[in-house]
This record gives sequence, structure tokens and C-alpha cells, in this order.
Amino acid sequence: MNAPVQQPRLVVIGNGMAGIRTVEELLKLAPGMYDITVFGAEPHPNYNRILLSPVLAGEQAFEDIVLNPLSWYQDNGIHLHLGNAIERIDRVRRRVVAVDGTEAPYDRLLIATGSQPFVLPIPGKDLKGVIGYRDIHDTRTMIETARSARHAAVIGGGLLGLEAANGLAVRGMDVTVVHLAGWLLERQLDPVAGGLLEKSLVTRGLRFRLEAQTSALLGNAAGQVTGVRFADGSEIPADLVVMAAGIRPNTRLAEEAGIHCARGIVVNDSLQSFDPRVYAVGECANHRGIAYGLVAPLFEQAKVCANHLAQLGIGIYRGSVASTKLKVTGIDLFSAGEFMGGDGSEEIVLSDPAGGVYKKLVIRDDRLVGACLYGDTADGGWYFKLLKDATPVQSLREQLIFGETALGDAGTAGQDRASAMADGDEVCGCNGVCKGAIVKAITEQGLFTVDEVKQQTKAASSCGSCTGLVEQLLMNCLGSNFQETPKTKAICGCTGLSHGEVRKAVREHRLLSHAQAYAFLEWRTPNGCATCRPALNYYMLSSWPREALDDPQSRFINERAHANIQKDGTFSVIPQMKGGVTNAAELRRIADVADKYAVPMVKVTGGQRIDLLGVRKQDLVDVWRDLGMKSGHAYGKSIRTVKTCVGSEFCRFGTQNSTQMGIELETMLANMWSPHKVKLAVSGCPRNCAESGIKDVGIIAVDSGWEIHVGGNGGIKTEVARFLVKVRSAEEVREHVGAFLQLYREEAYYLDRTVHYIERVGLDYIRAQVVDDAARRQALFERLLYSLEGLQDPWEARIGGARREEYQPLKITPPATAVVES
Amino acid sequence: MPNEATWLRVCRLEDLPVAGARVLEIDGLAPIALFRTGSDRVFALRDRCPHKGGPLSQGIVAGEHVACPLHGWQIGLEDGQARAPDIGCTPRYPVRLEAGEVWIAMPAGRVAITPAEQVEA
Repeated sequence: MNAPVQQPRLVVIGNGMAGIRTVEELLKLAPGMYDITVFGAEPHPNYNRILLSPVLAGEQAFEDIVLNPLSWYQDNGIHLHLGNAIERIDRVRRRVVAVDGTEAPYDRLLIATGSQPFVLPIPGKDLKGVIGYRDIHDTRTMIETARSARHAAVIGGGLLGLEAANGLAVRGMDVTVVHLAGWLLERQLDPVAGGLLEKSLVTRGLRFRLEAQTSALLGNAAGQVTGVRFADGSEIPADLVVMAAGIRPNTRLAEEAGIHCARGIVVNDSLQSFDPRVYAVGECANHRGIAYGLVAPLFEQAKVCANHLAQLGIGIYRGSVASTKLKVTGIDLFSAGEFMGGDGSEEIVLSDPAGGVYKKLVIRDDRLVGACLYGDTADGGWYFKLLKDATPVQSLREQLIFGETALGDAGTAGQDRASAMADGDEVCGCNGVCKGAIVKAITEQGLFTVDEVKQQTKAASSCGSCTGLVEQLLMNCLGSNFQETPKTKAICGCTGLSHGEVRKAVREHRLLSHAQAYAFLEWRTPNGCATCRPALNYYMLSSWPREALDDPQSRFINERAHANIQKDGTFSVIPQMKGGVTNAAELRRIADVADKYAVPMVKVTGGQRIDLLGVRKQDLVDVWRDLGMKSGHAYGKSIRTVKTCVGSEFCRFGTQNSTQMGIELETMLANMWSPHKVKLAVSGCPRNCAESGIKDVGIIAVDSGWEIHVGGNGGIKTEVARFLVKVRSAEEVREHVGAFLQLYREEAYYLDRTVHYIERVGLDYIRAQVVDDAARRQALFERLLYSLEGLQDPWEARIGGARREEYQPLKITPPATAVVES
Repeated sequence: MPNEATWLRVCRLEDLPVAGARVLEIDGLAPIALFRTGSDRVFALRDRCPHKGGPLSQGIVAGEHVACPLHGWQIGLEDGQARAPDIGCTPRYPVRLEAGEVWIAMPAGRVAITPAEQVEA
């Protein structure tokens, strides 16, 4: 690759998860922008530090936890200095100097030196056999010692200490955990859960000394540690002492270079230190007063820092809410937020000490603010989401403590608890990926996000209905290190902008064509990808009806060909049949077409229409011509069908003419493009034969008028439509339905069904716009009619000759000499 | 001349949609997908996704990849290879663009369809 004349130099101090993650994010955003040099004090490539505990416990080998093999550095042109710590930073001459004298000049410097164990300032702290628990070297020392020595003491009953203690016990040592507080994990658990944990660990053979202050470490003449003495004078034997009483940000380099530090290198919301050329991420950084010791926040920091380094400047780090999980096999605990409760908060507690289950939820101002779970943590992910999203819990409150499953959840076949699944159980039904394969990919390939799982295993990459399960699996495997997909995610790799941002730009800057949009929004690819192109196309068309340029090449084949592609490459043809009503002449023509083109299957659809399956693409236009019917739009992100029942015209229970209402709505909405498909139904009475309860817009006739329900869905996950309003006249129905659909068209993100849109903005908001504000409703309705007015039926247009080449293959006959016999 | 390719003229560049594709039928051969990228490069692949046989000519062309319309596999236009983590490959045909005209090479002395495919056809 040709480097620019002055390729700026980025030096990274620290070859750990924070530093390298930042480099990875940077390479994604701006490959080749920097000449990158990495210094690592350890002689290893970047490995997954959070998996040290499984290595200690003998569940994984070091090779399994390497995240970036040496080849990765090479492939990305990174100059890597292993086993070479940086000695000092020379900010005046902008260079770093390593222990062995190596110098590296920088234009930007990233400090990711992590933290070091806090060593108690007590006599004997320097004895042989007294170690911290931070890296693979410590881990190997512990494994080695466990082979020959008998007694181990772990000072500190926090996450790290307990994981160390468990690992040592698994390796056959006699382990005592010494803890200053009154219960274990006092920063993650309340006293009750801490007690349950202690009980469970005692049965595994661990001993505990709680509320015990270590006063000295005892040694022999050879300088080897032999025991621990407490403030009360008692002693225990110890051949190995692991200090796990906390960590301290590793800030020596920064401090000596005169960079402002205060319990970490102080950084702003772009992860920049007080020297704007110097950034810091991970455990060594102090952001808004907090130095995070968990991986998820550190990855969020890496994203923002990389964004700033790439000079995009659109990322802001606002801090993280962290949750905790203990990586001790067989012990499930989870905590997040303010699990201790306190002033102005309420607690919901489920306690079954004999069964080993304890759950505590802390609620304040109708929001979940903390959770502490022991024994049954299956709902940890769900609680964490409620907590992070600050979801009002009033309506869930009665069932909250029993978990998400208690809320009732059709459509996932009961498989909504990942932890209860066996390895062979299928998670992703579309791509046939089972739980074991996903867990293996997560642990062996070091995956942290749903996106990574999608990419590596294909799970959740098709219909997406198992995304929740995949999230649970990530949560179960990684605990606090699981990275939840951010809410405002970029559309795809072609841009850093989210759906909302792109749509806003399209509207505010009058973007009318793809070329214009890519240039203005600084797309990273010349002409987008299969993910962003259809979205952008929709945003332009819906924002600028009659003006924006529809790009057929940015539409999925079904919308380009106006028919539905089948697995063998043929298409299905569904003519319009408004309200499901047809007649003998139409049926005769359908039959004739089926004969003439030897249509392999004729089927009645779920949307009350007739489907001709297996039509060759080159026959489509002729088939449409012979049918003499309009497009049923059964193939697009568009209006689909309006199902109806027979209503008051024939049915003895019917209260209104639902069939006619359906026909009118389908006529009104013909040719309407939308963020996703839109299905309607009109039922003539509350018996609801047209299944209005699971439609995007479901209308139910009652004696005094019409009820309008919105946001129903009979697809991937069954969702019951929610009542929007009751109106009297047919005209009011049209106006309300039209206004609601226009609001959805203008505001929903591409590929969001109405249920997702309503979930995002809230039904109250929809009511305010569509029901309460008559002027707003009328304006919306008029904009819908304006968008639809004058649109030609796509089949009619193609019968007239539009885009003929789409349907006709190119044909050549090679000269006789070129035709080759087999 | 057993290995010399025979070049056949197919169409004009304008006959192909920008960032799109068309099916090319040549007597005796399985259908070919002829692609034109956004930057007017032209490629030809056998019109069959290595995954489940989807017609690549019907996919969305972005950069120098096409997304199969059936399950979204990304196939490289230049090398016919599926993008990781998918594994698979689709046969390529040499194509060239000359004075606004698209040419495709049929290697002489060699069968462009494998026996297995003929059986299937």
C-alpha cells in the first residue's frame, strides 16, 4: 500500500485488550491512516485477560485465549515490540523510550497500561511466593506452585480473589480467602447473596476468614513465604499468597511525563488526556472520576477513542453502567447498578436459601436501578437491559421478579432461556446453529458482541428472532464483558451514522440521489453495500416523494422485479385482490395463465389472495399482461394486503361492512412503500375472523363504529396489536389509519415493523400525533396522499415497456468453432 | 490451439445496469451472471451461488461484491470467492471491456460445464 507522504505515527503503550481493541476499531474506521507501533511489556501477543481464570482452573489453555496472533500484527503493518516496556515518555520531542533504549516518535500516543495489583503495605510483602493476579505469568506461577505446595492464601474476597481461590482449589491446594469486609463480593452483592455464595464455596472446599485484617506475611530463612498473620494474632500457613485486594491504575509513565492524573490518567469524553496528543483507555484511565476495571466499558472507550483518532469526532463516551458476573463454573451470580438499595428506593426480593436462589431488584421512580441475583441468573441480561434503558416497570412490576418468561412470550417455542438449553439445542432455526457451536465460538474465538457472533457463526443473521438468545449466551459466557449492541448503531460498515442520523441528513440537506448522499455523508465505500443502499433509497423516497430518484439497483430483487424470488430462482406472482374479494372472470384468467405458463403451483395465501408459484423471470411481464390484474405488492417493503371478513353484508354477527372498508383502505394505500411490510385487516365484529389483532393496522367493527389497533405482528414474534382509538365513520378510519402509517413511514427506521417503531417511540407519542392533534393528523394524512398520488401500478408500467432489460437475458450464440463438445 | 480462448462480443456497456447485473445465456452453457460495478468494471461469474444455488445475477451489487438474493452470501466478483465466514467459490469467466463493448472469453478445447452439471441440466 502506498503510504501518504506524511503518514502520522501512532504509538500504543500497552499490548493488552484496551490498547489493541482501540487499534482494531481504528483499523476498521481508517485503515492505513496511521503508521502504528505497539509496545508490550509482556512477551505475548494480545490475549483475553478475562479468561485467565478458566486457564487457572484448567478449563482452557493459554493458546485458546490469544485474541490477536502475531500474524495479525504483521497483516496490519503494525510494528510490535514485545517484552519491551516503555521507560519514559518525552512529550517535548514527542517520543517514547523503551527499557532497552528503543525510541519511537509519535504524532499521537495511546496509553493503555492497565493496572497493577494493590500490594498491602505490610511486612513480608516482598517475600517469594507473594504474587498478584494480573497476567499469564502470575497464572502460570500459580499453576506451577499448585503442583508442589499445599497451602494458599488469597487476600481479597472480590471477583478476582474468588476466581483465583477457586482455580487454586481446583488444582488441589488448600485455600483460605482472607477478606476485610463482612461478606464476600461486598461491592457486587448484598449480605444475603454474599452469604449464599460463601456457603456454596465452602462446600467446594474453600475456607474463609471474613472481617480479618492481615498484619504481616511470615517467611523462612530462604525468603519464601510460609504463612499469614492477622491483626488478632492468629496465623495460617501459606506457601503461596495471592494479593487480590484491589487494583491501582498504572499511571507512572503519564505522571512522570507531567500528564494530569488522579486515580488514573484523567481523560475527557474523547478519551484524550490533558495533552491533546495523548490518549488513554482502559484501566489506567480515569473518566469522569471512574477508572473502570471491566472489559465492556473498556471496549466502549476503545470505540470512541478510535473514532477520535480517525478524526471523525462523532463519538462521545459518557461512561458505562456495568454488570458483574463471577466466572466460577457452577456458581451463578449477577449484579448490576445500585443493588444495595437505599433512600427512596424499594426492593422486591425473592429468597429461597434452601434452594440456593436469591433475587433482589431495586426500584426507584418506576425504574429498575439495581439487581442482585444468586443461583438463577437467567434473567440477568433482561434486567440489565431494563436498567440501562431506564424502562418504566409499572406494567411489569407484578411479574418482574419472576423474570422475562413470566411475562408470556409466544413465538419462541419456549426456548427463551439460553442457560436451560443443551449444547445440541438449536438456537438459530434459520441457519441451524446450535447452542454448543455458539458457545464454542464465543469462548474460543474471543467474541464479545452479537455482531461478531453473527459473522462467525451465522446465528441471528437471518430473521433475527434468536438475537435475544444469542445475547443471553454472550451474557452467560462473558458476564460483565458482554457488549450490548448500542442503541444508536451505525447502519453498516459503510458509515458511522445511524439510521436516525442518515434520515435527518436526507431531510435537512435535501439529498435526492445516492451519489449525492454518499458524497455528502462521506460514505466509506463508493456505492454502499447491500445493507445501506436499500435503507438510503427508502429514506430519500419517503422524505422527498416525487423528487428523489428511485434507484432500482438499490432495491432487493423482489422490489426490482415486482415479484417474489423463490429458492430455485423462479418467481411468484400474486395479483391484487382487494379485501380478498375476487370474481369468476379473474379466477378464469388466473386459471388460463396457470395453464399457459405451466405454473407448477397455485396456492391461496395467508393474505387472502392467490399465488402463482414458479414463474420464470422472462415470463413475468407476459404473465401480468395476460392476468390483466394489478400488482398485489406481495414482495416489497410496502403495503401488502388488507384481509377482511364478510362483515354485515352476509354475516349474522357482522356489525359493519368490513369487506368494503378493506377494499377502500387497500385502494387508498396502493403502491405505498414503507420501512417494512405493512399488513392490515378489517374484522366485522370482535370475533375477529380477519385476525385484526396481529396486523400492523387492525380494524375491528363494533356496533357504534370502528376500533383501530396498531402494532400487531403475526411473524417472527407474535405481537398483539394495541388499541389506538375508536372512531365513528369510515372517513375517520381512513384518516387515522393514513396518518398513523404516514408517521410510521416518516419516522421508523428501515426494516422496523410498526411494532418496533411503536416500541421505540411509545404508544402515547403516537396517540398524541394521530389522535389528540387533529391538525397534525390531517397534515400527516395529506402528506400520505401526496406521496401516493399519481403513482403508477408497477406491473402496468412494465407491461407498457418500462425497464424491459431487467426481465430479458442477454443471449449470444458462439460461432461453431467455439462451441465445444464435452 | 488447445488452450487459446475464444473471445465473444456480448453487448455494449450501457446494456448493463450500473451497479447491477444481467443474465447471459450462451448455447450449451449454464447461465452466466454478467456484472457491471459502480465504477464500470465488468465481471462474469456462473449464475449460481455456491451456497444453495441462488441466481447471483439477481443480487445487489456493491463495490466488487454481489449479495446473493437468497441468503445474502457475499461473493467477490473478481475471484468468485464467498466472503468469510462463508466458504465457497463460483467459477469465473474472463471478461474485457473494449471501446465500450463487453467481451467474454470461452476457453477453446475445454468444457465450460462440468459433467456433473450437465447431468443436472
